[in-house]
Amino acid sequence: MANVTLQNVRKTYAGGNETIKGVSLTVENREFVVFVGPSGCGKSTLLRMIAGLEDITSGDLLIDGVRANEQQPAERGLAMVFQSYALYPHMTVEDNMGFALKLASVAKDERHSKVMDAARILQLEPWLKHKPGQLSGGQRQRVAIGRAIVRNPKVFLFDEPLSNLDAALRGQMRVELTSLHRKLGATTIYVTHDQIEAMTMADKIVVLRAGNVEQVGAPLELYHRPANLFVAGFIGAPKMNLLEARVLQVAADSVTVSALGQTFVIPVRPDGVTAGDGVTLGIRPEHLLHVSEGTLGGVVTLSERLGSLTILHVKSDDGTMLVVQTAGSDTTDVGAHVRLALPTDSAHLFRADGDALPHVAPRPLGPSHSGGGSDIPAAQTEHFHA
Amino acid sequence: MSASTLAAPAPPRQSARRRGTLALVGPSVLILAAWATVPLIMTLWYSFQNYNLVDPTQHGFAKFDNYTYLLSDPDFWSSLANTAFLVIGVLVITVGFGTLLAVLYDQAFPGRSIARVLVISPFFIMPTVAALLWKNLMLHPIYGVYSNMMRMVGLTPIDWMSHYPLFTLTLIVSWEWLPFAVLILLTAIQSLDGEQKEAARMDGAGPVARFFYIIIPHLRRAITVVVMIETIFLLTVFAEITVTTAGGPGVATTNLAFLIYSRALLQFDVGGGSAGGVIAIIIANIVAAFLVRSVARNLET
Amino acid sequence: MTPARKAALSRAALTIIGWGVALWVFFPILWMAMTGFKSEIDAVSTPPKFFFHPTLASYHEVFERANYWHFAINSIVISVLGTIVALLFSVPCAYAMAFSPTKRTRGTLLWMLSTKMLPPVGVLVPIYILARNAGLLDTRTGLVIVYVLMNLPITVWMLFTFFKEVPREILEAGRMDGATRLGEVWHVLLPLSLPGVASTALLSLILSWNESFWSLNLTSSNAAPLPSFIASFSSPEGLFFGKLSAASTLAVAPILVFGWLSQKQLVRGLTFGAVK
Repeated sequence: MANVTLQNVRKTYAGGNETIKGVSLTVENREFVVFVGPSGCGKSTLLRMIAGLEDITSGDLLIDGVRANEQQPAERGLAMVFQSYALYPHMTVEDNMGFALKLASVAKDERHSKVMDAARILQLEPWLKHKPGQLSGGQRQRVAIGRAIVRNPKVFLFDEPLSNLDAALRGQMRVELTSLHRKLGATTIYVTHDQIEAMTMADKIVVLRAGNVEQVGAPLELYHRPANLFVAGFIGAPKMNLLEARVLQVAADSVTVSALGQTFVIPVRPDGVTAGDGVTLGIRPEHLLHVSEGTLGGVVTLSERLGSLTILHVKSDDGTMLVVQTAGSDTTDVGAHVRLALPTDSAHLFRADGDALPHVAPRPLGPSHSGGGSDIPAAQTEHFHA
Repeated sequence: MSASTLAAPAPPRQSARRRGTLALVGPSVLILAAWATVPLIMTLWYSFQNYNLVDPTQHGFAKFDNYTYLLSDPDFWSSLANTAFLVIGVLVITVGFGTLLAVLYDQAFPGRSIARVLVISPFFIMPTVAALLWKNLMLHPIYGVYSNMMRMVGLTPIDWMSHYPLFTLTLIVSWEWLPFAVLILLTAIQSLDGEQKEAARMDGAGPVARFFYIIIPHLRRAITVVVMIETIFLLTVFAEITVTTAGGPGVATTNLAFLIYSRALLQFDVGGGSAGGVIAIIIANIVAAFLVRSVARNLET
Repeated sequence: MTPARKAALSRAALTIIGWGVALWVFFPILWMAMTGFKSEIDAVSTPPKFFFHPTLASYHEVFERANYWHFAINSIVISVLGTIVALLFSVPCAYAMAFSPTKRTRGTLLWMLSTKMLPPVGVLVPIYILARNAGLLDTRTGLVIVYVLMNLPITVWMLFTFFKEVPREILEAGRMDGATRLGEVWHVLLPLSLPGVASTALLSLILSWNESFWSLNLTSSNAAPLPSFIASFSSPEGLFFGKLSAASTLAVAPILVFGWLSQKQLVRGLTFGAVK
């Protein structure tokens, strides 16, 4: 197993079009790292550069500390699972999985035993003599993973591997991939546009936008301490409420802003803001509380009841649309007047340039968190850790 | 890792790969470039020379003599007219019947796929066989099948090859090229969205209306391609003429291709033949320009 | 008339017309094949005989007197060799164009197509003189060279359109598995596009086999292929219908079968991908 380091890696196409704009990051041994971002952010390009399928224009790629820029894909000791699986349709499952070993002139017996080992792990034994065309989507997916496992690679690369599966199968494969990672302990880089996959599978998430790394961190770190507006808006569903606000007053450990026609004192350090600046106030839907003593008033315009939770779309008294998530089956009807509370220590404040202002007392990330210092009811807390 | 591994600037790998690509594409491009330019330049060069393969006394720069001689030769003009008759005649017959047959074989009927194979078969017959087959077995005034049939219904058989040589030649070449038109147009029709035809039926269009308002517009592009490609080949019909009429009687079936051949390889007048060649190239280029454009529109790389 | 009967009737009409036209178009070929098995007397009988005692006499004569095998072997050697050489040039070319396209790829492809537009008669004189000076007149090598160049744009185009249909990711998977460029082509690309490669080869074979301009002009006896053999029947000898038919049938039959086999894929090659 191995670690992978990128040092100021760039990709410029012949036309001068720069798609990767200087990415530096380290993937530790045995770590499961997810590259996530909207389509066109360069996440797949970055993965393909690591794989050796795209040239690196400048910067260094180190695999286990050795510069790998010039190495052929196969020399790098990586294995890749493609979005379309890219199985060889003219070969049986067994031949698909053993092809790399065959090219590497591995003896037939050894090849067979390695393929059998992988097949056992992936429960593919009954299908070894079949061609990919005879398999279901989930089985093909497994063969593609098996093809990677057989090579015993330093690093596994996954390029949106679940996007061709239906929702149910995707959920199942997510669990299987996570447990497989745990079993093999392999360094893994995984590309997806689906933040649920990122949140559930990753040890570390790399959020990319337009060829730049926006933030690197553990899933809950990104969720609770987004470094900027983009990450705040990208991670989390339903999306964080982002409200226009204006700075009224700054202190050493708080910023007072006006938003929604009210005044809020947010416990953040006022780095680079002064009174009068336009800022963005962010609050996650589940942090907005539907309580009778709330200071904000509004009318419910839409209610999405998912059973375990309910999402209310509320038009606040000043006309701003707010999304509120409550636990359980909230029975509030459309048209009802509601009162909302905005707990300020759950709120985020973003400067005009998009960067988040650091919290004075950053929210703890671990499950040991038990609502201390927060006015979130216990039920609420439980829910968002579920 | 040593510092030097990092300090060394990345050699531009992209150019290495491009060199690899060049090595794969290069050979084909080079030999085709030679094939496309060397003979062309030679033709141009010869067309301004006095050059006779069997008469070494004739040599030197001829200015435009070869061209003026050619353009003042009535045989040249009749060969142009014959070429035009042949090309246009074959185009009208093959595209006209080709469209009808394509529609016919788009319909389902028992044994359709076998019938289809039979119809496209003449395309695979080599030109010399096709020409002799028609000239002798089919149209021979005494023993030909068609002449026999005419006699059976009380008509006098016609000596097609002697009396209507160019027309007969046009029919033979049409027989060879009709399958091409059917094959291409049939493929095009089958790419027509079935729902479009059904929508037209829902709109109350009968078979005739569907043919003119749905099928023909859909086929326009394919017809263009057929016309262009056939034209390129028809400009140089040669074998059929050589084995049937040898350009005669007189020059009645001498087209541009046969004229150039007889000038250059029968009369050994390289200069005159080359001048004809240049004119053929100019005509073909005008046609080709249209073809390349219509193909280019469809090309995604 | 009920709609059902009307439908049945129009279907019957369709069948009759469809088969009638097909048989009429195919009739000359059929008649040729039949005449080859007739005695020379039956072949020219009036009215023509549809039923006759089949005989191989004409075939025997063609084999013995007309030196058929000399021409047939020339045809086979020239078209097979020409096809192999054309594929050796065009497979790498089409592979590079399909999977590593550059800004110039499109232009190169169109330029290749345009070389096909050069009418052979336009360059008959210089090619004849070049072949004569190089000692390639009336040699198989000479014809192979000409046929490779003549078919190269078509084979490149046809392979290009077939290769484009192979997902790029499968070749990349091959590279990840350690395949070299040659390995990628040999183990992955060619097996996947085998039907396309086969029909490209067939088209090249058909076009070379039937080519009748250069073969008539650049060969006389030594390297002359079947079109020249048949052309030798244009003399009064052609009046021996049995022999002419037997020889023609022999010259046409193999390629006709190839044509039937590859008819669907031919469209692509013949129209440079403009009609699919």
